[in-house]
Amino acid sequence: MKLSGAQILMEVFKEEKVDTVFGYPGGFVLNIYDELYKASHWLRHIITSHEQGAAHAADGYARATGRTGVVIATSGPGATNLVTGIATAFMDSTPMVAITGNVPCTFIGRDSFQEVDITGITMSVTKHNYMVKDVTRLAETLRNAFEIAVSGRPGPVLVDIPKDVQIAECDFIPKAKEVALPLKAPDNQALEQAADLIASSKRPFLYAGGGVVAAGAGDELVTLAETIGAPIGTSIMGLSAVDHDHPLFLGMTGMHGRYAATQAMDRSDLIIAVGSRFSDRATGNKIEFSKNRKVLHIDIDPAEIGKNIPAYVSLVADVKATLIALNACGLQKSDPAWICEVKELTAAPDNHLAMDKSRLNPEMVVKAVNQRFAPDCPVITDVGQHQMWTAQYYSFHKPRTFITSGGLGTMGFGLGAAIGACIGTGMKKTVLFTGDGSFHMNMNELATAVTHHLPLIVVVLNNSVLGLVRQWQTMFFGRRYSNTTLNRATDFVLLAQAFGAKGFRLDSIDKLESVLDKAFQLSGPVVIDARIHRDEKVLPMIPPNGTIRDMIVRG
Amino acid sequence: MDSEPFVLSLLVSNESGVLTRISGLFARRGFNIDSLSVGETQNHLTSRMTILSRGDAYVREQIVRQLEKLHDVKVVELMDLSRTVLREQLLVKVRAAPDTRSQALDAVTVFRAKVIDLAPDTMTMELTGEKTKLDAFITFLEPFGIIELCRTGVTAIGRNGYVLTHKEKE
Repeated sequence: MKLSGAQILMEVFKEEKVDTVFGYPGGFVLNIYDELYKASHWLRHIITSHEQGAAHAADGYARATGRTGVVIATSGPGATNLVTGIATAFMDSTPMVAITGNVPCTFIGRDSFQEVDITGITMSVTKHNYMVKDVTRLAETLRNAFEIAVSGRPGPVLVDIPKDVQIAECDFIPKAKEVALPLKAPDNQALEQAADLIASSKRPFLYAGGGVVAAGAGDELVTLAETIGAPIGTSIMGLSAVDHDHPLFLGMTGMHGRYAATQAMDRSDLIIAVGSRFSDRATGNKIEFSKNRKVLHIDIDPAEIGKNIPAYVSLVADVKATLIALNACGLQKSDPAWICEVKELTAAPDNHLAMDKSRLNPEMVVKAVNQRFAPDCPVITDVGQHQMWTAQYYSFHKPRTFITSGGLGTMGFGLGAAIGACIGTGMKKTVLFTGDGSFHMNMNELATAVTHHLPLIVVVLNNSVLGLVRQWQTMFFGRRYSNTTLNRATDFVLLAQAFGAKGFRLDSIDKLESVLDKAFQLSGPVVIDARIHRDEKVLPMIPPNGTIRDMIVRG
Repeated sequence: MDSEPFVLSLLVSNESGVLTRISGLFARRGFNIDSLSVGETQNHLTSRMTILSRGDAYVREQIVRQLEKLHDVKVVELMDLSRTVLREQLLVKVRAAPDTRSQALDAVTVFRAKVIDLAPDTMTMELTGEKTKLDAFITFLEPFGIIELCRTGVTAIGRNGYVLTHKEKE
């Protein structure tokens, strides 16, 4: 069967069971878009306002569903607009395949119109990338791209297809998707060492990262915690890995982590880190962090072992397979005094910091939204104070329900990601917590949400400042508020209406319930402009490179 | 910790962009490349690369693990120098007027270099050997006036049964 490059792309999408792609057309992907037109009965294409939004949407889709997100963009500016989205996916290990068009092969290297070296540009933010110059290699390359995106530690892969390769024809042989290889199990000897290490620990602490969510290993993690009597803390990426109602769950650790979680981690004699890479935001001072305790590091990526924190024992294997194997080792409970001590920590006043209740505060807003939302609805954030408040005050119960740019910290990630998550979950009611700073970055995607009538609630925690940077300026820069006081005249209610969405102002406590009631009754996108005080702080806070002894609990 | 030199041998796909991926990884993660040499092997699909780098145990381990993640990298070997032959080639052009030429030629004999070009005022030589030998030769030639110099970078091969072979990556 002779097919063009663009047709081969559709065939591989079909093989990979792709039914939704995000993207934006342009001159050098016209042939691909022509095939998308013909494939529209089985393949849905979501056009966004901007390629960056499409990349974040593909990322949000992947994070919410566990399936590979696909994004398509044209050459030149289309391709460069994807870069932040690809880098965001790379840092948070999201499976994504990005397809870009390029100028015909004979025009490459001549600075042709809309030509850019996108494989060169994205080399360090993709797991791998390809430029396909020969149509006979296209099918195999695309299949490899999908395989690489999900294998081992997931991540984005980019395939750049010059226009003449999209047009050129060759024989296409359909191929059934290969049966996935069994997940990599841990080495027996290492497993024994790990079990011995756990058995010798009196105060074990389980630290879950995004790898637990990616591997779908939350239940196995909880089983291990219950078996050995270990409290669970998570990184921001691991936050939705376990049910927050579980008595052993302490919350997020690290710079803005919960008091009890960070304290318990500090007092432990063994950290069992599962699918986590020990980011500087999670550990603070790395030398202090490693003192007085051992680390058992479980991760699928061998390069993560010892990269940031030295491991005493490591298990390089699939997280789920490893936890299942550990749970079969006949481990015993640790010293019961440890759990008693942890219970005291969770009861401590510092573990229950409350915000000023005399005015509308972010804690109230997040918790009120939380009460209305079903536990399987996706919650997305942008980046800043609102992100930390969501991480601190929202109770998650199901994996993949918390979607945030943890590694790259991409302001402007949220709206695109929320669109992708909402579509990926079959139009579940979705909430985006954002700030006025982040929302201003990519709010153009409201147009996309309106077009598709997405049941999306955007809560703008609006303090008229870049709150997290302001907080640092308050604490460490003598209150010199350089360029963080925005005080913009943007009216988010009118703005929502201009895009065809609904908008509500929420500027006092007494309106909280009524505004949320109204917003929840609507089926399409809603923007809630929640006015909060500009000096609300994210607490507790451990200053950068600090230790638990530097923890600030009161502003 | 001490920063020790070490030699890495890599088997990589013989495709465009591979060198950029590898040198880019070193740059991005702040690792050093003291020299790098690369060429096709007996299998035209594969190139072999020799990288001379330095760093402590942490850097050494991270470099190997990060390189192993690249899809174009098939084998990474931190060479065991007790079982490895290292060679580098030097081409050097020095000022050599007829009155000083004989001294330069003495050096050629002692270092077992080769004269590969001779002109009224200059002499060009070739020397192959270990890095330290090349360094010593260059030091000796400096007083003559070095006009141009180029080195290939270290290349390495294991002795006898010490062979780099493709392993199936997981």
